[in-house]
Amino acid sequence: MKTLIRGGEVVLKEKTEKLDVLIDNGKIEKLAKDIKPQVDYKIIEAEGKTVIPGIIDIHVHLREPGYEGKEDIESGSKAAVAGGVTQLCCMPNTNPVCDNAVTVKYIKIREKEVNLCKIHPIGAITKGEKGEALADIGKMAQAGAVAVSDDGRSVMNSLIMRLGMEYASGFNLKCLCHCEDINLVDGGVVNEGKNSTLTGLKGSPRAAEDIMIARDVSLAESLNVPVHICHVSTYSGVDIIRSAKRRGVKVTAETCPHYFILNDDIITDFDTFTKVNPPVREEKDRLAIIEGLKDGTLDCIVTDHAPHSRKDKEVEYNLAAFGMSGIETSFALSYTYLVKSGTVDICGLMKLMSYNPAHTLGLDGGEICEGGVADLAVVDLNAKYVIDGEKFISKGKNTPFNGFEVYGKVCATLVDGELKYEAKA
Amino acid sequence: MLKSKDLLGLRNTSAEEISLILDTAGKFKRALAKGEKNFNMLKGKTLVTLFYENSTRTRCSFELAGKYLGATEINIAASSSSVQKGETLIDTGKTLQALKTDFIAIRHPMGGAPHLLAKTVGCSVLNGGDGMNEHPTQALLDMLSIKEEFGALKGLKVAILGDIKHSRVAKSNLFGLSKMGAEVWVYAPKTLIPAGFEDLGAHVASSREQCVEGAQAVMGLRIQLERQSGGLFPSLSEYARFYGVNDAVMKYADKNAIVVHPGPVNRGVELTPALIDGGTSRIEDQVTSGLAVRMAALKLLSEYREANL
Repeated sequence: MKTLIRGGEVVLKEKTEKLDVLIDNGKIEKLAKDIKPQVDYKIIEAEGKTVIPGIIDIHVHLREPGYEGKEDIESGSKAAVAGGVTQLCCMPNTNPVCDNAVTVKYIKIREKEVNLCKIHPIGAITKGEKGEALADIGKMAQAGAVAVSDDGRSVMNSLIMRLGMEYASGFNLKCLCHCEDINLVDGGVVNEGKNSTLTGLKGSPRAAEDIMIARDVSLAESLNVPVHICHVSTYSGVDIIRSAKRRGVKVTAETCPHYFILNDDIITDFDTFTKVNPPVREEKDRLAIIEGLKDGTLDCIVTDHAPHSRKDKEVEYNLAAFGMSGIETSFALSYTYLVKSGTVDICGLMKLMSYNPAHTLGLDGGEICEGGVADLAVVDLNAKYVIDGEKFISKGKNTPFNGFEVYGKVCATLVDGELKYEAKA
Repeated sequence: MLKSKDLLGLRNTSAEEISLILDTAGKFKRALAKGEKNFNMLKGKTLVTLFYENSTRTRCSFELAGKYLGATEINIAASSSSVQKGETLIDTGKTLQALKTDFIAIRHPMGGAPHLLAKTVGCSVLNGGDGMNEHPTQALLDMLSIKEEFGALKGLKVAILGDIKHSRVAKSNLFGLSKMGAEVWVYAPKTLIPAGFEDLGAHVASSREQCVEGAQAVMGLRIQLERQSGGLFPSLSEYARFYGVNDAVMKYADKNAIVVHPGPVNRGVELTPALIDGGTSRIEDQVTSGLAVRMAALKLLSEYREANL
């Protein structure tokens, strides 16, 4: 059965156009005006709405196996499609750590069972994410891992990091680097600056992140291998990446909505939903990150979706878990704060949220074109709503954006042409 | 009247509220000086001191403040380790509330813990020191002792020397004294000055002499030995030589300057023994001020509860 999405404004790579989208067998068969529906077509009305390429979120924590109290592959997938996400990459800091082919295969089996969005496992760089010995990167690649990362921490030993980057490149896998010099962090839980002093919460300086960004960029440059920098939060980190790109270093980078929307004034009431790693920093960092998204220094918007249970967050700030639940709100937040504000147009936004992430990791999809994979979302850009974490489908209700008024409601999500999510009217 | 059921810090306490607490405390202090200790203002009320860190003077001071006001008072000494593995703070708070507690004075190694407790329970929460955040009653007692010496706080210069970075006392004093129109100057090794302290209104001096010059009150802050092993400064003797306060340094201060310290003092490190025991020291007077300030805070919070809850 073919599916026809009718009357929507379709976001193409360089422009938007009012087109119908005819889908057959998981692919976009035809993009044209006024496609005549046949009796057996499934019709999705999109009049007054916008059709975007499905969001590809390459930095997500699904928590399964091991931490199903926070999230599992099913709840995370449901949340993802509700956020217009059609493909995601899940980080390996599960229990057991995804540092072996068996766990990669397990996630791929669960992906098939849940059958909502596409899930691409990321394997660990080192065994147990301990930073000591390389994990079985080749076997994980064969099992379906699309990248490697010790996300949640840096590989502190530069030699091990070098070896990981070189070895992974032999399997055409990138290292995704969580950049943080753990000695310099020294137990810090927020950005070091005026607000850490104001609250007495221990600060972590920008230098802790920048030093590792600089190190990993240097390794990539001297070894001539690609590297991807995770969740950039500092103005100075953006500069390091910008100048490396100018020299031709094969570096790509991502940031998250909380780094381009918030600054660290949010921590002053000790709200543990604001605790994230790296920490939300100051206004000048926020502005530099927007600049980085605008000029192409930062390639991707991801969520670093980090769902936590209540007991992980309803404690003293120091004891609270790091992370924010973000996969259901990333589109609306990014649309509101980047497109509505005039920083980028909707094509530019989808490049950051879909096309570039696909290309960063060599995934299929990321744009709407004839013959392309039918991973799509229908969104209503005029629909305004107020974020309420308690209403999240994700088990993680931990959002710092409660009460934020945003535009851009996800109405429907299709993966391989199949309707996987439809908003209640 | 205070504007909140809790006393969590001076960051969010207005100058009017601070004045009210200091004036009330001043009255208690004069009554205490006359030997009065039986006040029935908190009769039928319950105060619990919930201390997750060791403390002698602050805890005793809260306990006696409650007792002198006629409250029923019990003390819970929870060890720091129980923060990590025992009952959660929220559950402990709910239990104390169910036991019909009116006031909880809490000390906790983590900043923001009293705020979490205050959000959870209807009891009035008094912050007895939380991590590196605040220690409002300590700052209020410092302010009371200084104010009694000079009549007012406005226009005074207060010099604070010692471990500023880890000090909740320095922070609360900065917030409180600034609101009352005094200037706060600090001096310490660069490793013990917190980021952005000037943005909060403090003056960070470039020498001991500049810090103390013309000051009416000179405060030493305790240097903790474990900070030295952590590499924040090389040795206690080096600290005393370059950062300690002695008679030579005090010559730069106002001629009527007093010496204060939240205690316990490392004799010969932050302050020389001659200064601690000398005529300009108000360290013992501060202890009495502390009792009076805590009595005032309890009384005023009780009045807030009567009026609003």
